[in-house]
Amino acid sequence: MTRYAMTADLRRCVGCQTCTAACKEGNGTPPSVQWRRVLDLEFGEYPDVARVFVPTGCQHCADPPCMEVCPTTATKQRADGIVTIDYGLCIGCGYCMLACPYDARFKVDKKAYAFGEEATAAERKREHPIGVATKCTFCSNRIDAGLAKGLTPGRDPEATPLCVNSCISGALAFGDIEDPDSPVSKLVAENRWFRMHESLRTDPSFYYFWDKEAP
Amino acid sequence: MSETGAAHPQKYWDMRAAGNFIAGGSGSGLIAVSALAAAAGAAEAAAVPMAIGVAGVALGLSLVWLEIGKPWRALNVFLHPQTSWMTRESIIAGPLLLTGAAGAWFASPAAMVLAGVLALGFLYCQARILRAARAIPAWRQAEIVPFIVATGFAEGAGLYLAVGSQALVMAGLAVAACAAREAAWLAYSRGLLRSGAPAASLAALSSQEFKAFRLLQAAALIGLMLSLALGGSGWMRLAGLLAAVSGWGIKALLVTRAAVTRGPAIPFTPVRGRGASRTIMR
Repeated sequence: MTRYAMTADLRRCVGCQTCTAACKEGNGTPPSVQWRRVLDLEFGEYPDVARVFVPTGCQHCADPPCMEVCPTTATKQRADGIVTIDYGLCIGCGYCMLACPYDARFKVDKKAYAFGEEATAAERKREHPIGVATKCTFCSNRIDAGLAKGLTPGRDPEATPLCVNSCISGALAFGDIEDPDSPVSKLVAENRWFRMHESLRTDPSFYYFWDKEAP
Repeated sequence: MSETGAAHPQKYWDMRAAGNFIAGGSGSGLIAVSALAAAAGAAEAAAVPMAIGVAGVALGLSLVWLEIGKPWRALNVFLHPQTSWMTRESIIAGPLLLTGAAGAWFASPAAMVLAGVLALGFLYCQARILRAARAIPAWRQAEIVPFIVATGFAEGAGLYLAVGSQALVMAGLAVAACAAREAAWLAYSRGLLRSGAPAASLAALSSQEFKAFRLLQAAALIGLMLSLALGGSGWMRLAGLLAAVSGWGIKALLVTRAAVTRGPAIPFTPVRGRGASRTIMR
């Protein structure tokens, strides 16, 4: 079985937000919608503080709470673990947004463009749906197109999410976590990691590295 | 921890959604209490409260309809009864409105009792809708289920006194329902403290407005008890109304201002250079 997962090496992320920009450019999301975000967190009290950049977004949980609460079955899960939204079914009730512990879902109620009244080329290319829930798709369109060409998501850039391709520090990686030879499986084996909100038993597909594995 | 993207009040459900928990909760509570009255032989007296309860449920659902992004697709709400409490609430709503309206129109005890059972189901679904929202710790608290059910029933019992008969047995029921609501609130608020609910949620639940509504709840309970002790009084209607209005205020705050998201959770900071990771206690 394939289960796509993303990894973020917190030691490498510099908070440049290139992944955010690449996602917005590629998916034509409107202002205020960031399917791939980088949180800028600060811990501790001056002078003993730590600053951490945390890429986040839909965690494509194995047990997605958004899918459980969705009254319309618009939120679905593919066989490869990617959680999707059927924009034709969604009624925009917002319940999934209150169920997602990762704050990964968005809904806009009227059209808005990044630069005033006119849509940019990227925005024209991908009309963003209005009045329904949207979120990161792990660039499933790129994955599917890549697979159709015999490419491997996570190895071949053409079949890999835009945020991973754009990452300037190599902090983000993508691939099939069930394949022991995939880049993400190797990284997970070599590093100490956590997943966010584990206690909620959502089984997310997003791993955060914070140290190398003890020898 | 200071951060961008930190825990924040949810902004997706506003007073229109809260209106469903207010009007729908009170309405279903009123239907359940009217059904009890009808079962006890007072179907004629229960007809008007039953009709008002039905109107409350319909009003609540209409408010939700106004909130959703694609109102003309609203019927899709019925598609996921396997796991969605919102679907289950919607499925119950149809027969509830029909049996409630029939019970009120024909003063039929059988229809009223059936509506009462459905109303309890509707109220339970409302409670579980909040409980299923894993992003909102204040709703995720297990004790919210008995609290939402108890407050709906207490509001219904209070409204019954306000718009229907002031029979002593109904006043006794209202006292019991309000006392149960107090107990459920106590359990819920202690649960929030025990589980470390977000500070912003706790702040909303100790705001001046919130305290005012809690004071009104206490006044309603005392008023009802006094009325009962005095063998009925003109204040019973007012005390009943207070029992309902105070519940509405608390639910409005619970759905809007106290509903704070979890925010990000990082158990460890990354190890960089010669530095060490720190474990983040939350």
